[in-house]
Amino acid sequence: MTEITEVPSPFCGIGTDDLTIKVDGVLLKVIENGCAVNTPAFEQPITDTHARVSGQEVSLEVAVAKAAELLKDTKLPLIGGCATDVNGMRGLLALADKAGAVIDNMNFTGARNNFLALQDSGWMNTTLAEVKNRCDLLLVVGTDVEAFAPRFFERYLWNKESMFLDDTSSREVIYLGRAPSGTASTSPTGKAAQVLPCAIEDLPEVIAVLRALVKKQPIRVTSVAGIAVADLQAIADKLLAATYGVVTWGAGALAFRQAELTVQTLSEMIKDINNQNTRCSGLPLAGKEGDQTANQVCGWTTGYPARTRFSSGYPEYDPFLNETKVLLENGEVDALVWVQAFNVNAVPPETSLPTIVVGRSGMTFTKEPDVFIPVGTPGIDHAGHAYRMDNVVAIRLKKLRDSGLPSTAEVLNAIEHAL
Amino acid sequence: MLIKLTGGIVYDPASGIDGQQQDIYIRDGRIIAKPADAVVDKEYDLKGKVVMSGAIDMHTHIGGGKGNIARTLLPEDHRQDPVHRSDITRSGCGHAMPSTFVTGYRYAEMGYTAGFEPAVLPNNARQAHMEMGDIPILDKGGYVMLGSDDYLLRMLTAKKDQKAINDYVAWTMTSAKAIGVKVVNPGGINAFKFNQRKLDLDEQNSHYGVTPREILRVLATAVKEIGVAHPLHVHGCNLGVPGNVQTTLDTIQGIGGLPMHLTHIQFHSYGTEGDFKFSSGAAQIAEAINRNKNITIDVGQILFGQTVTASGDNMRQHANHKHASPNKWVTMDIECDAGCGVVPFKYKDQNFVNALQWAIGLETFLLVDDPWRIFLTTDHPNGAPFTSYPHLIRLLMDRSFRNDVLATIHPEAQKMTTLASIEREYTLQEIAIMTRAGAARLIGLKDRGGLSAGNWADITVYTDNADRQKMFEKPDYVFKDGQLVVVDGKVVSTKWGTTHVVKPQFDASVEKGLKDYFDRYLTMKLGNFRISDDEITEDGRGSISVHPLQGDVA
Repeated sequence: MTEITEVPSPFCGIGTDDLTIKVDGVLLKVIENGCAVNTPAFEQPITDTHARVSGQEVSLEVAVAKAAELLKDTKLPLIGGCATDVNGMRGLLALADKAGAVIDNMNFTGARNNFLALQDSGWMNTTLAEVKNRCDLLLVVGTDVEAFAPRFFERYLWNKESMFLDDTSSREVIYLGRAPSGTASTSPTGKAAQVLPCAIEDLPEVIAVLRALVKKQPIRVTSVAGIAVADLQAIADKLLAATYGVVTWGAGALAFRQAELTVQTLSEMIKDINNQNTRCSGLPLAGKEGDQTANQVCGWTTGYPARTRFSSGYPEYDPFLNETKVLLENGEVDALVWVQAFNVNAVPPETSLPTIVVGRSGMTFTKEPDVFIPVGTPGIDHAGHAYRMDNVVAIRLKKLRDSGLPSTAEVLNAIEHAL
Repeated sequence: MLIKLTGGIVYDPASGIDGQQQDIYIRDGRIIAKPADAVVDKEYDLKGKVVMSGAIDMHTHIGGGKGNIARTLLPEDHRQDPVHRSDITRSGCGHAMPSTFVTGYRYAEMGYTAGFEPAVLPNNARQAHMEMGDIPILDKGGYVMLGSDDYLLRMLTAKKDQKAINDYVAWTMTSAKAIGVKVVNPGGINAFKFNQRKLDLDEQNSHYGVTPREILRVLATAVKEIGVAHPLHVHGCNLGVPGNVQTTLDTIQGIGGLPMHLTHIQFHSYGTEGDFKFSSGAAQIAEAINRNKNITIDVGQILFGQTVTASGDNMRQHANHKHASPNKWVTMDIECDAGCGVVPFKYKDQNFVNALQWAIGLETFLLVDDPWRIFLTTDHPNGAPFTSYPHLIRLLMDRSFRNDVLATIHPEAQKMTTLASIEREYTLQEIAIMTRAGAARLIGLKDRGGLSAGNWADITVYTDNADRQKMFEKPDYVFKDGQLVVVDGKVVSTKWGTTHVVKPQFDASVEKGLKDYFDRYLTMKLGNFRISDDEITEDGRGSISVHPLQGDVA
């Protein structure tokens, strides 16, 4: 039995790397600094250690050969999930390139709200250490931060010391649109966050008015989506008065049509604030299911984010047409490879197509895939790299135990070589 | 396997060989002396061909987060240059900010065998190495960025001695797997986080009270005292600001004779004369370079067309965002460490400022006397994509071609440049110095950039052609570590290059203060910050080459 300290997590997206984990054979127990997201993800037991073909246990070699056979004569295979570490994504992209596949990260439809805004007008963003040391005002838009990452506030807002704030508990937190599910955003001195709720689908209107107020445009109405314009004016004033304001949102939480326009309005508002002699930055929440990792590696390998097809012999990005759901519904693809090394509950979409699952041990299926290859989890069964939400820091994941499970990269490289 | 390259005209400035016919022998990846009686396994007849070592780009943005932001920002640029996969090469995209695999192929297809990323943020160093790990064929390395990190500025405010700073710099280089140290807008990236929008050489950071001049002095001293071959690599204050020629001259004077490399100096050579209050400072800069032997420069030539600028200088990139074309841009503040700014640019020959920028870069090339102290760069992709190098070489080697192009640019810019009167044409040997021997010496690569026995066999073979653009864009052969990777300007095989680093010593006690700082203020544990060798080598294709420090016993 050993205890491993300073364990980084690929699960929560905020790069916590202070976990202490007790390792007893292949059993893990988080004994320090766990949370509702990380603890179950680390402690998930290994159930499958053998690959299966048509439900029958086979050797890894047989499963790899079967997977290659299923992919061999396909016209357009889909590699979905795309939830793994950097080396796993390298292997995935090499396979996709060779097989002429289309790849799609499972969180892309949410992330698309950010990509469309970024690719149309850009943004001014910041990273977690800047938040920890500089942020004096946090505006949370439409997102329940603590449900997303339970330790966000503890680590990055209510840290005891910061370099540039005398008293971190004096930071101000404002929720716009959605109320928090708990009290993590309440300061150590008991100051609760200000909450201005509205229907989530009314956020476009509310944010448009907020931006107009930041730009000092006259607003004739007195209320928008149930929020008094005077309250929005107060937020605008605070953003302009803050030394280092930060605006955060979860692209997936903005679950309404054309939410990219709301991300864009927020990002342009942040630029407007920076043009009025103070600083303000965006901080998009992400980093789950390998999303930032997939987009980074696909970005440097192809030039495009992780919703890209290789069927023409070169990468073609389309944030709408290359969506898993659309491709399956339209019958455009003829095989599915599902890659998910982090989350046993993120199972492949139901389909009658030949299906290969390269998944975390412990995944269960309502319909047994043609091939199932259980793989190790990056940061538990093998070392690796994963990007956290701010997309700058790649954390070095540790190997915690000897499970004998292969890595995603090993399996996908083997399938590619067998093709 | 013994390979013989027979009868080529060799340009090897590292050995003082200037266009002499020589045979070259290669065994086990390296160049060897003529063996006594060994049987040649493969011979290439190079009679009449021009032979140089593989070219080395000493400043090119090929790895790290800002480059990937630039890629993500510009899908429309990629769509105009899709790159098909082949049996031996991966698919990807080209033009302004190519994908990693295409970066490797296209550099190799121009005869380049190494590229160095000049702006490795300590907190983003893993990404830089991972991206460079996906660049085939080329060797690579990085200069780690310091000077706007809060840790250094706190040390300066606390009046820590030079020894403590040396330890911190050495520790950072080792942790980030670097071969050099760069400073970008010294202290300015940090000042931008405190809402300062400009920072002159002697202007104080509003929080720390530290000036860029002080930062440059302590870092240049640290680099020298640690024994790093590559001098402090400096992206100065006031990039792009008319009148910054004076800042640059003051920077040269202010370093007090310490070795210093001024990068993309074209962007720092602007005067304020003329009707448009924008003029060339190239003559003054060149005179200062010629006089101060401690200074080296690379040019950062701009060439006309669409590109994207990706820089650590978020202060200046934010100021320049109004020139974004297409109109979208990104800046980031990063981890109490640094920042970045990504702004697409379209340099136009009929735009007065752009046209004069073009002329200023060329004036600089032609007015600096010593080719060992000036390097051929476009600051890829900031001045132009690296694929424009053959065109740039023609501009330098062919006066009539240069003057033909000059006659087409904005007429007011033509009046503001002395370019037409400059007769100099670069020779092949001078090109070989700038792009090979000089670059290897500047970076401190002990066995690259030359063709004498003992060097790695990175070799490029060209067909002599009066049209230097045609000559340099399509080498007959390129060998990387003795392996034939390019024939007639096309990749025929691939391999993985090595990562060049130095590993300077430091007092282990430096980690005491750093651990405390990381625990209190940063978001990562110190132990998780340091990059281990196996992160570069574990996938089986990367390797690390450690180069000696000055003062090391060979």
